[in-house]
Amino acid sequence: MRTDPASTDQPGIPPTDPSGATATAAEDAKAPHGVSRRGLLGLIGAGAAGLAVGGGTGAAIGANAASASSQRNAVYPFHGAHQAGITTPVQDRLHFASFDLADSLTRDDLVQLLKDWTAAAAKMTAGQPVGETGAVDGPEVAPPEDTGEALDLPAAGLTITFGFGPTLFQTTDGRDRFGLASRRPAALAVLPRFSGDNLSPEISGGDIAIQACADDPQVAVHAIRNLSRIAFGRASIRWSQLGFGRTSSTSTSQLTARNLMGFKDGTANIKAEDPKVVDAQVWADGDPSWMAGGSYLVTRKIRMIIETWDRAQLQEQERVIGRNKGAGAPLSGGAEFTAPDFSATGATGKPLIDKAAHVRLAHPDQNKGTQLLRRGYNYVDGNDQLGRLDAGLFFISYQRDPQQFIDIQRSLATDALKEYIRHVGSAVFAVPPGAKAGGFIGQQLFA
Amino acid sequence: MPRRLVTGFIAAGVVAVALTGCVPNKAGAGAGAVNVAITDDTCAVAEKTTATGAVSFSITNKGSDTNEFEIYASDKLRIVGEKENITPGQTVTYVAQLEPGSYYTACKFQQVGGPVGLAAFQVTGAATELTSDAKKLSDVAVTNYISYIKSQVGELVPAVAAFSAAYAAGDDEKARSLFASTRAFYERIEPTAEAFGDLDPKLDYREVDAVAEGLDWTGFHRIEKDLWPPAPGALNSDGTSAFLDWAPSTPAQRQSFAAGLVGDTAKLQELVSAKDFTVSLADISNGSIGLLDEVASGKISGEEDWWSGTDLTDFAANVQGADVAYGNVRDIALTKGEKGKKLTASIDAEFSALNGLLAQYGSIDAGFTDYGQVTDAQKKALSDQVNALSEPLSQLTALVLGA
Repeated sequence: MRTDPASTDQPGIPPTDPSGATATAAEDAKAPHGVSRRGLLGLIGAGAAGLAVGGGTGAAIGANAASASSQRNAVYPFHGAHQAGITTPVQDRLHFASFDLADSLTRDDLVQLLKDWTAAAAKMTAGQPVGETGAVDGPEVAPPEDTGEALDLPAAGLTITFGFGPTLFQTTDGRDRFGLASRRPAALAVLPRFSGDNLSPEISGGDIAIQACADDPQVAVHAIRNLSRIAFGRASIRWSQLGFGRTSSTSTSQLTARNLMGFKDGTANIKAEDPKVVDAQVWADGDPSWMAGGSYLVTRKIRMIIETWDRAQLQEQERVIGRNKGAGAPLSGGAEFTAPDFSATGATGKPLIDKAAHVRLAHPDQNKGTQLLRRGYNYVDGNDQLGRLDAGLFFISYQRDPQQFIDIQRSLATDALKEYIRHVGSAVFAVPPGAKAGGFIGQQLFA
Repeated sequence: MPRRLVTGFIAAGVVAVALTGCVPNKAGAGAGAVNVAITDDTCAVAEKTTATGAVSFSITNKGSDTNEFEIYASDKLRIVGEKENITPGQTVTYVAQLEPGSYYTACKFQQVGGPVGLAAFQVTGAATELTSDAKKLSDVAVTNYISYIKSQVGELVPAVAAFSAAYAAGDDEKARSLFASTRAFYERIEPTAEAFGDLDPKLDYREVDAVAEGLDWTGFHRIEKDLWPPAPGALNSDGTSAFLDWAPSTPAQRQSFAAGLVGDTAKLQELVSAKDFTVSLADISNGSIGLLDEVASGKISGEEDWWSGTDLTDFAANVQGADVAYGNVRDIALTKGEKGKKLTASIDAEFSALNGLLAQYGSIDAGFTDYGQVTDAQKKALSDQVNALSEPLSQLTALVLGA
């Protein structure tokens, strides 16, 4: 598999990624020190995955990390009209955290927290440690400002995306803690109950969400860890989620990845290269004005009944999804990107794509053209007390209005897939537009 | 419950003559027909033992209404032969092809309810070689499985009537005592009932399912919550308050839920009794694994009978249903060479292990341990065994269909 880190660290010899991608000298030049990033990454990647899921499954996922994409050295600007991490090509790893704010927090404290988070996020996404002195350059007698595990690692395509939950504007018992109740977008409300929901409140909702995506799991974890540390006393993590193996692509340059059911996921996703669709489906309009250029984020933790699924016959699996498992082509024929023909029938007169197939019920053609920008991740949270893999899909979608998600999820009420999945966590957030240089995330909300 | 050890040897088939009913008795090897005398509450079979082969029964209905004669496998569930529609005063001859083994005979007054005059019936001699006539085997499996479905629904109807009457009358203690055993008839054939679409939601939806799908919540579980009302502060299985949009049913609501359950059960009986009701071979073997999936997804987690804690009864009934469905296609699997022998041996062993494990917690007749008292370690052992059985069982359809 991976060669000895020392042997790849020879000047002028670009280390080779197992995926076949070759690092360029220019990329190497970005390395903070002379250490081979790739050699180190392999080791650290495996270790972080072990941390993520614990025990025996770590090794397998570590191997996955080793074959991660060749975008490890990408740096995405933090500032801009929109926040990064939405139309950005989906990175391989996720660490998502939902925070609850401390009872003692004032409006000014909240603004300061957002400023502190913005500053740290800007640094980390640029591949730099947080604080003035970082991880090792501060006073000997003080704890380092940055926790240090991302030292020597590149930015790894890190994006950090912030969202505001309904409870930031008004608590469930009706309190307006920060004088923001009147500024809550009408579209931002706790999602209704859906068929198949089995939600746990402790892994649902939250005042503020932070999505950290990177091509290196340690970089993503480093981001959430440091943002959480910065917030101690002001906000604490309500729930968090690690994800791997992106299940969607948001760029035509990306291959369609597979979810844990073994099927290609997100074939018909919104792609960044299609700005018309992105504008129509993803970016919020100016009502309220502070949301112009923002979006709405829905997360759903979807547990898969993996053991039952794995025992289902291939034809049953394909019937449920509505695509074949190998190529991902719709059962009405063609190849992966052929449009499904929902009216096509077979020899017996039955539709080739089942009435209850997931692809039929979720498809824009069946939902008045509505689309979501999905960027979900697989997750394995170890196992449950019965020894079954606690695994599934951490679904993430961005849309102009949460109603898009609600409509599609309602149309999935008769989804054949329901037998094999259970929604256990749910959250919705208003994602403000991007911060300008010198500004902070959510600034428009407090203007 | 070591019945698997026995059923392994009674891989009998009822020949296609069972399909057509009255057929001249040209078998019986000189032993003569076995006389069966039926009254409304007895079912007297003149012999306790007979020799293997085409066994001829001469059945006389001396009762006041239509009756039927049934031959069960040793599990007293799976039907291996049946003669329906025997009218008062009528004598009919019925021939069943029986392999050596232990059986039970019984009658069914008015063709509904539980077996009347259940009696052991032994068939002796040497097993004959299984036919490899796929069509014949398939017909036998389908015919007997349909008989079994009808027989379970036929028992469900009066059981639901008694349960619903007790509930509607406010006799909660009696209704509670009937809840689990009544459901067993339904749980044994759940995949068939689910195939009818809107009936299962009305009969067997849990509150969280109905709420999520925006349906009126009715059926067994609605009644269950009245019979085992939640304590203050109790939660539904999805973590919401048990009192969210719920209050104990009024007497009028009780009448309505009871009538609904009776009506929907009657509808189910109508559907399975319809002339065009049939199942395919794949339906049977898929039904077997489907029942195990029910166990894996709903019963192991304790979500099914959230208030009554009677999950283990449903669990056991699902397993019995799976076993019967498997038993119906087992002969076909055995015709598939070495692969078939290995798979059936593996499934037989795992069913036996699962039944042994379940027996530690009780039985459907005597009642099971409240699921709330089952520890996580015990649940894991049950879950592991369900997985151990489900893996080979999931290979059954491919084998049986010869894919």
